[in-house]
Amino acid sequence: MTPELGQLALILALLLALAQGVLPLIGAWRGNRALMAVARPAAAGQAVFVAMAFGILVWAFLHFDFSVQYVADNSNLALPWYYRIAAVWGAHEGSLLLWILILNVWTVALAAFSQKLPEVFASRVLAVMGLVAVGFLAFIIFTSDPFGRLLPMPGDGADLNPVLQDPGMTFHPPVLYMGYVGFSVAFAFSIAALLGGELEQAWVRWARPWTNVAWAFLTLGIVAGSWWAYAELGWGGWWFWDPVENASFMPWLVGLALIHAQAVTEKRGSLRAWTILLSIFAFSLSLLGTFLVRSGVLTSVHAFASDPRRGIFILAFLTIVVGGSLLLYALRAPKVAGGKSFQLLSRETLLLIGNLMFTVAAAMVLLGTLFPLIGDALNMGRISVGPPYFGFLFPLLMLPVVLLMPFGPFLRWGHGDAAAMKSLLLRVSVAAVACAIIAAFFVHGQIKAIVGVAAGVWITVGVLLYAYKRWREAPRGRRYPAEMAGMLLAHFGMAVFVAGVLLSESLSVSSDVRMAPGQTQNIGGYDLRFDGVQRTTGPNWRADQGVISVTRNGSQVTMMRPQKRTYAGDRVQTESAVDAGFTRDLYVALGEPMDAGNIQGAWSLRLYYKPFIRWIWGGGLLMMLGGLVCATDRRFRIKRVAGAAYGNDLLAQESRA
Amino acid sequence: MNPTRKRRLIIVLLVILAAATAGGLGVYALQQNMNYLFTPSQVQSGQASGHRTFRLGGMVKAGSIQRSDKSLKVTFTVVDAGGAMPVEYTGILPDLFRDNQSVIATGHMDDAHFIATEVLAKHDATYMPKELKDAMAKAHANKKIEDAAAAQDKMP
Repeated sequence: MTPELGQLALILALLLALAQGVLPLIGAWRGNRALMAVARPAAAGQAVFVAMAFGILVWAFLHFDFSVQYVADNSNLALPWYYRIAAVWGAHEGSLLLWILILNVWTVALAAFSQKLPEVFASRVLAVMGLVAVGFLAFIIFTSDPFGRLLPMPGDGADLNPVLQDPGMTFHPPVLYMGYVGFSVAFAFSIAALLGGELEQAWVRWARPWTNVAWAFLTLGIVAGSWWAYAELGWGGWWFWDPVENASFMPWLVGLALIHAQAVTEKRGSLRAWTILLSIFAFSLSLLGTFLVRSGVLTSVHAFASDPRRGIFILAFLTIVVGGSLLLYALRAPKVAGGKSFQLLSRETLLLIGNLMFTVAAAMVLLGTLFPLIGDALNMGRISVGPPYFGFLFPLLMLPVVLLMPFGPFLRWGHGDAAAMKSLLLRVSVAAVACAIIAAFFVHGQIKAIVGVAAGVWITVGVLLYAYKRWREAPRGRRYPAEMAGMLLAHFGMAVFVAGVLLSESLSVSSDVRMAPGQTQNIGGYDLRFDGVQRTTGPNWRADQGVISVTRNGSQVTMMRPQKRTYAGDRVQTESAVDAGFTRDLYVALGEPMDAGNIQGAWSLRLYYKPFIRWIWGGGLLMMLGGLVCATDRRFRIKRVAGAAYGNDLLAQESRA
Repeated sequence: MNPTRKRRLIIVLLVILAAATAGGLGVYALQQNMNYLFTPSQVQSGQASGHRTFRLGGMVKAGSIQRSDKSLKVTFTVVDAGGAMPVEYTGILPDLFRDNQSVIATGHMDDAHFIATEVLAKHDATYMPKELKDAMAKAHANKKIEDAAAAQDKMP
């Protein structure tokens, strides 16, 4: 009975979402305050019903209700409870339900924190959120029902895909979705601004903290995903340019551009139209990302079997969102243009270059990701685009960004001071070159590693010099407002990230070897002795577990225990062993017994020594932290904007239009 | 030409130049890294001759996997409905690599052998990549036409 209640809750949520999406818009257009007031209660009601539906699905998983098709497909009696909860978003239907739940979390937060916004504006923003919810709820109800029954009820279910049975997986999708869905807020603000033809740029200031938080979540989600791929897939790589990774990376890049464009628009009023366009793109790419991952359009580890009806719905939904908002943009954008002019040497120019690079990079990734579809449509045969395409173009596009990064904060708005830039250039160059020369002695002349050190130092020195400048020049207490502290933190994160990437890529040592028990291999200065393989079991798997004792110069460092697990239905999953460290990781994965069936004998093993790989994720976490710190700035707290007067003003303006 | 116009002209020219460079590099990189997927029968009919590296897709022939005693070298045969191709690979095979599993190998031809640098097997045991399914269905259809013409079947 309960699963039907879940379905009913979803239908009620859809009706409330319709009310939330349509009535306040009419109210804002007609100046009807009663209709505008529908937005908040409707949003709250929708959230309650969606949460109920989600809760019912979780309940079904916890209580092994295999009469629900989705539960039977993705869990079984042996699956531990924490993975049964993670299984809720382990496949298409449930992950959409999670998406809509998170959309409701954002909407409720927005409804709560927008009390002081002008009424017309707030109701438009909430209405746009409602319309997005309508699209998703309709998608779930009509094509991807998670509560569909399976009769007769099987005694036991299938299993959650073993690759997904990892702590990283319980954590990665919700956080990633927090980011994806968070961009809907920036999108809603932009659409509302376009609808109202806002002449004030105040709305950008209100949108900024939301965008920052969404971007921070997306960063964390990508970092978690990258870490999961590293630990779980057994290849020791941290980024594969897989379609699904690209799907999350595109909105991240556009979101990054958006954060910086919003700063320009808020402070100077320029680039308004561009900011709006970026918000539209960021959200559209988030939608595309959500659908690409789970629709099975592209062949990938993450994709699931697809249903043509879903494809058509997705296409229609994307067309309406992207087409509709771009049409609105074309009609209204000329109205919102304006702002202060700036010279060639100014902070605006640098931010603009950065913006250009981020968006071009996103376009490049988009082209590479969708090219197999294009090739298919043009009958060019079955094509895939290899990682070297991305690996070649992306660093090229990011080079100017890294080079210009130290200068951005130092330049003034409007027009910059050339002499100051020259002295800064001298200082960061000297520091970077000096460190590069020192590093050259340690990395055996690896160019990539030297460049990594130089780039890291280049950005870090820029950040430190700016922090020092503020310390000297600004009065106590106003030296580092949250917005600036966040910026410095995120830029420093970028330095750590770049250094980590280049150092680990160039200095990694990997070898696939055949090892008999008792044999020793030396890798990166460590001696790894293979002590053979034993059988072991877990809650829902049995495994062959290898034991490797690691020594360095004769003293014991650690014991590593990589596994090769077999789950229900003979699904095999490699569980690598990682010995993590600040300056290096040791990574061991079991291959297979050389003599099939004899696990006591020799095995093929994959051994890695990965220096500084943790810096990649560390840098990502610093960027996330920067985004969050930035969002807490006092300036972004909404003061009651001239109260009702402003609202009435807008109303009057609207009715004239 | 007044200074403002001149500056605008320079900016426009620079933007065009940058766009052209970016576009050119993009197309170049794309061309270098486009990998086509062929099945063994397509390779044997010469369709892959124009490509140095490509992806070979099909099923692992049962009983064809042979490992070397001394090194990590593995040889196996990839088959589709109308052809078979011996493959050589040195390294660790993915978890799900086994008899009758659909695989995609990236690499190049060396005489009649395919030397693989990467071998992928799909994560779900029952799942066959859509593109591979399509390619094999196509090869199968072609094969049928050929069979009808030649009135013989090469497959055992």
